[in-house]
Formats: sequence, C-alpha cells, structure tokens
Amino acid sequence: MRYGLVIDLRKCAGCYSCMAACKAENFTPPGVFFTRVLVNENGKYPNARWQFIPVQCNHCENPACAAVCPTGATSQKENGIVTIDPNKCMGCRYCIVACPYRVRFYVNKRGTYYRTPTPYEAFGFRARDYQEGTVIKCDFCSHRLEQGLEPACVATCTSRARYFGDLDDPNSEISRLITANRAYQLLAEKGTNPSIYYIH
Amino acid sequence: MDNVYKDRAKLQEAAVRPILHGGRRFRLIALILAIIVAVGAGAYIYQLMHGLGVTGLNNDVFWGIYIISLVDIIGMSYGGAVVSAILRLAGAAWRAPITRLAEATALVTLIIGALFPIIDLGHPSHIWRLFVSPNPGSPILWDIIAILTYLIATVLFFYFPLIPDLAICRDSLGDKVGRWRKKIYTVLSLGWKGLPRQEKYLNWGIKIMSIIIIPLAVSVHSVLAWLFAVTSRPGWHSTIFAPYFVVAALFSGVAMVVLVVAGFRRAYHLENFIGEKQIRYLSYLMLILGVMYLYFTFSELFTEGYTLETTSVPVLAALLYGNYGPFFWLFAIGGGVIPVLLVAIPKTRTVTGLVVASALVVSTMWLKRFLIVVPTLRQALFPVSTQSYTGNFIEWAILIGALAAIPLILMLMFRVFPVISVHEVEEVEVKRSERQPELASGLEQA
Repeated sequence: MRYGLVIDLRKCAGCYSCMAACKAENFTPPGVFFTRVLVNENGKYPNARWQFIPVQCNHCENPACAAVCPTGATSQKENGIVTIDPNKCMGCRYCIVACPYRVRFYVNKRGTYYRTPTPYEAFGFRARDYQEGTVIKCDFCSHRLEQGLEPACVATCTSRARYFGDLDDPNSEISRLITANRAYQLLAEKGTNPSIYYIH
Repeated sequence: MDNVYKDRAKLQEAAVRPILHGGRRFRLIALILAIIVAVGAGAYIYQLMHGLGVTGLNNDVFWGIYIISLVDIIGMSYGGAVVSAILRLAGAAWRAPITRLAEATALVTLIIGALFPIIDLGHPSHIWRLFVSPNPGSPILWDIIAILTYLIATVLFFYFPLIPDLAICRDSLGDKVGRWRKKIYTVLSLGWKGLPRQEKYLNWGIKIMSIIIIPLAVSVHSVLAWLFAVTSRPGWHSTIFAPYFVVAALFSGVAMVVLVVAGFRRAYHLENFIGEKQIRYLSYLMLILGVMYLYFTFSELFTEGYTLETTSVPVLAALLYGNYGPFFWLFAIGGGVIPVLLVAIPKTRTVTGLVVASALVVSTMWLKRFLIVVPTLRQALFPVSTQSYTGNFIEWAILIGALAAIPLILMLMFRVFPVISVHEVEEVEVKRSERQPELASGLEQA
C-alpha cells in the first residue's frame, strides 16, 4: 500500500479550489499553503499559454527531508505518507532546505486572518495541533483517509484533474493512468521518487 | 628584543598589566561594547517573545543572518586554535607571545558562534527534542556533536598552558587583586609549583591537545560545510565545499587573531613582546591562506559555471553580475585581492597594513557566507519568483551585539588571566639559549 496522486495538467483549469479546500480542511495559518498552484507562462503572444502546476508534498519514497531531520520528527508511514510529529520537531528548518519541492512551511505564529479569530478559525485552533516554531506540511489529509474519504484537494477538484489511489496496486486507477499516459514526476532526477505524478 | 623575553620581571609585568590596570579607557570601551551587547540582547528577548516572525526571514529565505553568522564566527574560532596548535607542533618560537591571545580568541568566538543555532530556533525551548530522539543520519546532529567536542577541546587547549601562569599570578600578585580573583588563581592553578614532574605532564597535555585540536577543528568546519553540501541545491552541492570552508575559516580566523593581537598590543603597550616578527609571520600565513582561498573560489565557480546546468547557472549569474554582483566583487576584490596584495608587498607589510588587510578579510568573509547562503535559497528549483532577503533590525542588532561581545569578553577575560603566556615564552627562550651554541658552531663549520 502506497498512497499516490495523479494530477492531469490537461484538465487543470487553474481555479485554485484545491488551495481553498485545503485551507478550509486543514486550518493552515496565514501564509501557509499545503497545496499551491504554480503558474507558468509559456511562449510569446500570440503563441502563449498559461500552465498551472499544483504542487504539494510529494510523499517521496526516499524523502530527503526525513534523512536530514535531526530529531526524527519527519518520518514515513507504512502507507508511504511522510508525516511530521509536531511534538518532536524543533524548528531548525533543515528539512525545508533539503526538500527540493518547497512544500514545507515554518509556523512563526499561529496567526489569524483578522484581528480576532473567526469562529471557524477558533474551531481550527482546537482541531489542529500546529505548534509555533515547528514545520508543517501536507499529509494527504490523513484524518480523512482514516474515515475512508479522499484528500480534500482531490474531492473538491472542479475539473476532476486529481486522482488518488494506491501506487503499489498495478490495477488501481492511478497506476493505469500513469502507465497509459507516461506520467512524470517533478524533479525526478533528484532520486526522491515522488508519489505524485503529472500527466502533461 | 630577545633580551626583553629573558627579563622575567618585565615579561611578567607586561603579562599581568591588563589585570592590574583597568583605567578609564578600559571602562569607556567596555561600556560602549556593553551597550551594543545589551541592544542585541534586547533584540533577542523581543524575538524570544514573538518568535522568528519578527525577523526578515521569509518562506523562501528561511536561513539567514543567524546561519551565516554561525558559519562565520565559528570559522574565526578555527583560525586561533589551529594556528596556535600548528605553530606549537612545528616548534615555531615566534608563536610564544601570541598563543594566549590566539587561544582566547578561539574560545570566545566559538562560544559566541555556537549561540547562533540556538538563536536561529524561534523557540529554543524545543531544543530538548534533539536529545530525546536524535537522528544520527542528520548533518545537524553531526554539527552539534562536532561543535561540543571542539568546545571541550578548546577549553582544555586554553586552560593547559594557562596553569603555570595562574600559579605566577597566585604567587606574585598577592594582595594586589581582589579576593575572588585570588581564589580563582589558587583553585585553577592546581597547586602548580613548576616541579619537573608537573612540567612533564603539562607538556604532555599541551602536546596531545595540540594534536587533537587540529582534526577536531577540521571536522567542525567540514561538517558545517556538509550541512549545505549534502542537500541537492545549486551552489551548495559541491565536492570541494568541506576543504573550501576549512580554508575560509582559517583565512578569516587568522585575520581575527591579527585584529585581537594588534588591539591588545596597542591597548596594553605590548610592543616589546609582540614585535615586528610576529606581525610579519602572521602576514605570511594570511598571504598563503588568502591565495588558497581565491584559488578555491575560482575553482568552485569555474567548474560550476562551465557546465551550464539549468539550476546552477541562475545562481552564478545572480552572484557574478546579477543582484548580488556588487557584493561578490566587493568580497573578491576587497576581501581577496587587496588583503593579499597588502601582505604580499613588503612595503605595506606593516602593522597598519596587516590590520587593514585583516579588517577587510573579517568583514568581507561574512559577506561571502551571505553569498553562499542567500542566493542559493532564493533560487527555487521550479520557475517561481522568490522574496529577497537582507535581514531586518532585529537580526542585525543581534549580530552586531554578538560581534561586540567578542572583544568585550576578551577584555574581561584578560582582567583575570595573563595576556601573554609567560611560561611558554620563558620555555622557548630556554630552549633557544640551549640551542644557540650548537647553531653557532654549526655555522662556523659551514
């Protein structure tokens, strides 16, 4: 069992709803985005187009972040998900340096978007254990997976560009998509073997 | 000048001069430095209360002035320790009057430098987590082990040669100093009486520490370099990073020793003991290290630039003629070429020339570490724009406070400990006078 994600960039409309859904689901502090949509401009007018690349933690098979973590706070679960134990992280930010993908965030302050927390944010403070002075990132919505649900970004994707499943199962939808479309991984040359594949 | 060394009373008087004579100038300088340190400490307390969010660090450049200063200031420490150790092992007689200052510089800069990783943790209370579940594969853990071992070694390396001098203080200063200093001398001199047996063990200890401290210092700086080099980031992932860092540390470290030696020489009128010879020989060291460092810099940039790798070219472009170009060339010319020329040309190889060269090296080597850390962090591996970083008031205040703490602690230290190693100078003199007749006869035969 190794969870994986396939993002079909041909279908991605750049609507940012994955970012919004992730924010709503994970109550991330201001400035922290477990998933982001990078926008790339290719070509010159009139032959130009935008390209949207959603990025988030790749849950690599060989996580560079876990190797360098001095306290062992970052570790890999049996289902391939790379997690950070908030009670072990000491905030040295070395994992952010080691990760080639820039998907980890340091929590300076558990701030709010307005001066006083909204009722929704106040709920988030109780629901999520983000400690100040530690690093946080996407965990494929582990709390939703436990309930048999897909990650919030997958469930919400308006153009159904995201597919979630088991990479180890050769008959799973994502395994078939990867083979059929010659899907690629980001910065595959870094040898991290990410669990997120892109179809171009 | 040699006669001065042989005159024990004069030598002792000079060595303990800072202990007995504080004076108004001492108090004034100490006060100014203390104010700067206090501002830095205040900035740190503010950061402690509000977290790293009060600094200029951002999501792209999340390692900044603190990590730069860690590398820079621990590098200074390296120079003092290794210079003193190598010169001792090589039996260079001229080193004797400056070893105490070099070792003290090594110790103080190491302590100040080692504070920076703690400052860099927004919540230093989290540091206990490191000891609960350490990951032996992490370069940060190697760093901590290396720095702590090196710290213990530096303390011993400073302390061993100090023992006989503390005994001199104990015996000769008597009631001229306060009660607590007297107590320090009595306790720390460990009942030193200059017995042959004691001499033997002391020499043994010093020799062992001199040998141990060199690989330790090399390991500290190599591990610091690997902290960067083991990540797959453009500009860092380089095979020569460890030796490159070691040479950088030696270069800036020797420059720092020069500044400390020149400062104390002038403030306490030690010109008779720390003479032209010491200055000239330190210049030679700086010359060699400066040329080596320029060579390493060229080799590193040249091999990286020639391949046109898509990730490393933008870093190099920013460094050589982009945003960071002016700083890079300021470093290369002001911190490399000019100091090397200043110490290479006999006419400028004076105390002033060497002090100017060292001040240039010490300041631009900080800049060089900035240029190692920041441009690489700003270069994302994807095509995305990144935020710039120059640090803010909090970070600069802490850095300047820490830098001011170095001379302040040294000044206070030498209110307690003799500034020149009396015992070592005498020992060297004895050896030289023993050897002199042989040398003379050898010359006659030739």
